[in-house]
This record gives sequence, structure tokens and C-alpha cells, in this order.
Amino acid sequence: MSMQTLKPYLAEHPFLQGMAERHIELLVGCASNVRFDEGQYIFREGDEANEFYFIRHGKLALEVFRPHKGGIVVQTLKAGDVVGWSWLIPPYFRHFDCRAVELTRAIVLDGTCMREKCNEDYQLGYEIMKRFAHVMEDELLALRLQLLDIYGGTT
Amino acid sequence: MAGLPEKDLVDTGGISGMIAPRPFVIRRIERDTADTFTLRLKSGSDRNGLHFEPGQFNMLYVFGVGEVPLSISGDPAKPQFLVHTTRVVGPVTGALHRLKTGDMVGIRGPFGKGWPVDEAEGNDIVVIAGGIGLAPLRPALYHLLAHRKKYGRIVLLYGARTPADILYRRELEKWRARFDLEVEVTVDRGDESWWGNVGVVTTLVPRSPFDPLNAVALICGPEVMMRFAVMALRKKGMNIDDIYVSMERNMKCGVGLCGHCQFGPKFVCKNGPVFSYETLKNLFNKREI
Ligand SMILES: Cc1cc2nc3c(=O)[nH]c(=O)nc-3n(C[C@H](O)[C@H](O)[C@H](O)COP(=O)(O)OP(=O)(O)OC[C@H]3O[C@@H](n4cnc5c(N)ncnc54)[C@H](O)[C@@H]3O)c2cc1C
Ligand code: FES
Repeated sequence: MSMQTLKPYLAEHPFLQGMAERHIELLVGCASNVRFDEGQYIFREGDEANEFYFIRHGKLALEVFRPHKGGIVVQTLKAGDVVGWSWLIPPYFRHFDCRAVELTRAIVLDGTCMREKCNEDYQLGYEIMKRFAHVMEDELLALRLQLLDIYGGTT
Repeated sequence: MAGLPEKDLVDTGGISGMIAPRPFVIRRIERDTADTFTLRLKSGSDRNGLHFEPGQFNMLYVFGVGEVPLSISGDPAKPQFLVHTTRVVGPVTGALHRLKTGDMVGIRGPFGKGWPVDEAEGNDIVVIAGGIGLAPLRPALYHLLAHRKKYGRIVLLYGARTPADILYRRELEKWRARFDLEVEVTVDRGDESWWGNVGVVTTLVPRSPFDPLNAVALICGPEVMMRFAVMALRKKGMNIDDIYVSMERNMKCGVGLCGHCQFGPKFVCKNGPVFSYETLKNLFNKREI
């Protein structure tokens, strides 16, 4: 798929709802199309974090590896979700493993390219930061709820 | 069979069926999970069984032990069998768990105000259940599916602690295979056997395919989960008065007389257990209530 044909997919993605067209165009310049087969690892804990992904179809799992026991899934992500914000925060390393649970298609954005564009255009940077702040807030709330183990005790 | 005191054998139905327990026989017991089981009961005397509305509950009396409120989890179109799904947490639910097929329990009810399934006609329906909270919602799902054409999209979002804690597995699989019902199940903690979603149930709300401006939400689960679910629905654009929750409070009489279940100015047994979130919003976060 050529870069330009990615524009409608990006514009439709919930993460980018309401984003100005000129900003979407800037994103297109850092975007490419990717596909992951079932079982394929997209990144591993400790890897450099130079990409993030907009999932179009399929499902990805974030895992923490436990010695002698293998990976435990801590979160699954699917169409409409965005994966990875470590590219925003130095020193840009991954904190989880990420595996495709099923055939998954996504648009990958190059983190280095995005950081450059955000530095050049602060408005774009602010828009991206705002959206990631929402994702982080949702994930933090979900994590707190998960930690409460609400179904463990009585209601 | 558990001992049944003579004085408990009052079976008059009607108003006294609300005050005195009627005997029901356990016909079948299903062990749903390690701590949860489902009883299928038949009235000892009334062949018509017990008519109820989705979301209503009974007071279930384990003779010689005590009485507990339990939501009805069966099909409202099949009142000849009374179905209750129970999680063991203490003395009465524990005693209930020890009963066997053929044993008898006392039933008072049905009580309370259920899910607004008729008022919700014409809308999308989003059902959000957590843990044992799927039990009180199952009758609503039976009703929605039996009257499928009267509703828009129907979505069931269900969260459990682990894959082993998922209730009604076979039924969920059957529902998932339907084209007219969207079922999403998630667990807080996955294991090697689990290929589904991992994450709390509220994380399913943002991508769920319902129209927030034309939807009614029915929520049941731990109160914290319900609060977070309401937040997620409001973030998606739902109106607060289209959101319904089922509340639990300690109960004694079940008919609005004793005040045990008081929740602010409301009695959960009589004004609920299902409430519009709009009517509760000022009470929900108050710790002293
Ligand atoms: C309207 C209504 C419908 C209900 N429907 C169901 C149902 O379908 N299935 C089911 O399993 N349970 C249901 N419950 C909860 C059930 O009534 C209680 O679990 C039961 O009363 C516990 O009695 P017990 O004697 O076994 O334990 P108790 O000794 O009363 O309690 C044991 C422990 O559990 C806690 N506990 C008791 N009740 C609750 C509760 N409601 N929520 C949170 N913690 C509690 C107590 O604080 C205590 O720590 C419902 C409650 C209400 C009010
Ligand atoms: S249980 Fe007695 S008033 Fe509600």
C-alpha cells in the first residue's frame, strides 16, 4: 500500500478522530502498513522503542516474561487501539513483549520520524501528547481496577 | 433432605408468599466455577412456577440456617423452573452449597424492580457484567433475545477474574456464535489456555459497537466496577439517565418494611435493586451509605 493510501485509514482511526488534515498528512509521512502472523512477536521487553502501531484488524497481547513459566498476558489490544508509547519517553525502551494473538494488520509509525515532526510542529506534538495522555489515563484506570482484584472478594 | 420445620410449610402464594417462604425442591445443581453453583428449583405445590421480571430477586431460606437475597438467573419465559446462581461467601450461601438434589428451600418473592427491558425497546442495548453480576443479567438477555426484533444492536461485555471464573461458558459460546449479538469476554488475569481478551471489562466499552446516543446500558457487578463502567460509558457519550445498575445491600424483609436495605432515601428491595444511575448519582460515591 502506498503512503498516500494510508491517509484514509489513519483519518478513520479512533485515536486520530478530529485531528486536522494537515497533521494527518504529516503522520502519513512517517507511516507504513504492516502485518503480523499469529504468534509473531512485534517487540520484546528491553528493545528500542522506535515505533507505535494503530491496529486495523486482529489482536495483540502485551506480555511480561516470567522465567521458567513463559509470558503472562497483562493486556490485549485490538482494532481501534494504539500500541506503544515508549517511543515518546526517553530512553525509548520497551517495557513489555508484544505478540500477535491472531493475524493482525496495523499501521506502524516511525517514532524517530514522529519525534522530529513533533519538534518542528509543536501543535502536532501537543495533539499527539493529548491523545496519548488519554490512552495513558485509560490504561492507568484499568490497571488500578485490575489491581483491586474486585471479583476476588465479594461484591 | 434438609430439615423443614412445620411452621415454614406455608404455601399460599399471593401476598403471604411475600411474607412466608414457600417450599421449592432442588431439581438440578450445576457447579459453574470453584465457588459458584446454579440451582434449578421447582415449586413444591404450584405447577405454574414463579413468574418474574428480569432483574428481580427472591429471598431464599435455607431451613435452620438463614435467609439471603438472590437474583433470579433463569428464563422469564420458563417460570416453571426457578433458577438461582450463587457464589459462596458465608454461612447461608455455604449451607446452600451443601444441599443436594431433592432437598428443599423456602422462597419468598419475587421482589423488586427489574431491568427496564420494555422501556428500552427501539434502542441499542449494552449489557455490562462483572463476575457473578452476569447472573441477574441473564434473564434480561433471555428476554432481549426472545424479542430480538424490538431492539437495535445488542452487546454483552463480560469480565471475570480468570478464565476459570467465567460463568455460563457454554451459553456464552452459543451467544457468541449468533450474528445478532456481540459478545466480548475479558479476564483480569489470563493463563496459558486463554486466547481471549485480557484487561478489565471497562476497557471493552470504547470500541464496543453501539450508538451511545441511542443506547440503554444495563450494568451489574461489584460497585467499583459499576462506577468505572459508568465513567467509560459517559466518556463514550452516553446519557446518564440511559444507564441502569443493580444494587446490593443487606436485606431482611425484602418488602420495604424493616429498613435494612436503605440506601439514602431509597429501599433497595422495593425501589430497586435496579436503579437508573441518574437517581443514584449523588449516593453512589458516598462512603457512609
Ligand atoms: C438484591 C440482591 C441480589 C443478589 N443476588 C445474588 C445472586 O444472584 N447471587 C449471589 O451469589 N449473591 C447475590 N446477592 C448477594 C447475596 O445475597 C450475599 O452473598 C449473601 O447474602 C451472603 O450471605 P451469607 O450468609 O452466605 O454470607 P454473609 O455472612 O452474609 O457474608 C459473608 C461475607 O460476604 C460479604 N457479603 C455479603 N453479602 C454481600 C454482598 N451482597 N456484596 C458484597 N459482599 C457481601 C459480607 O460482608 C461478609 O464479609 C444478592 C444480594 C442482593 C441484595
Ligand atoms: S429489606 Fe427490609 S426494607 Fe428492604
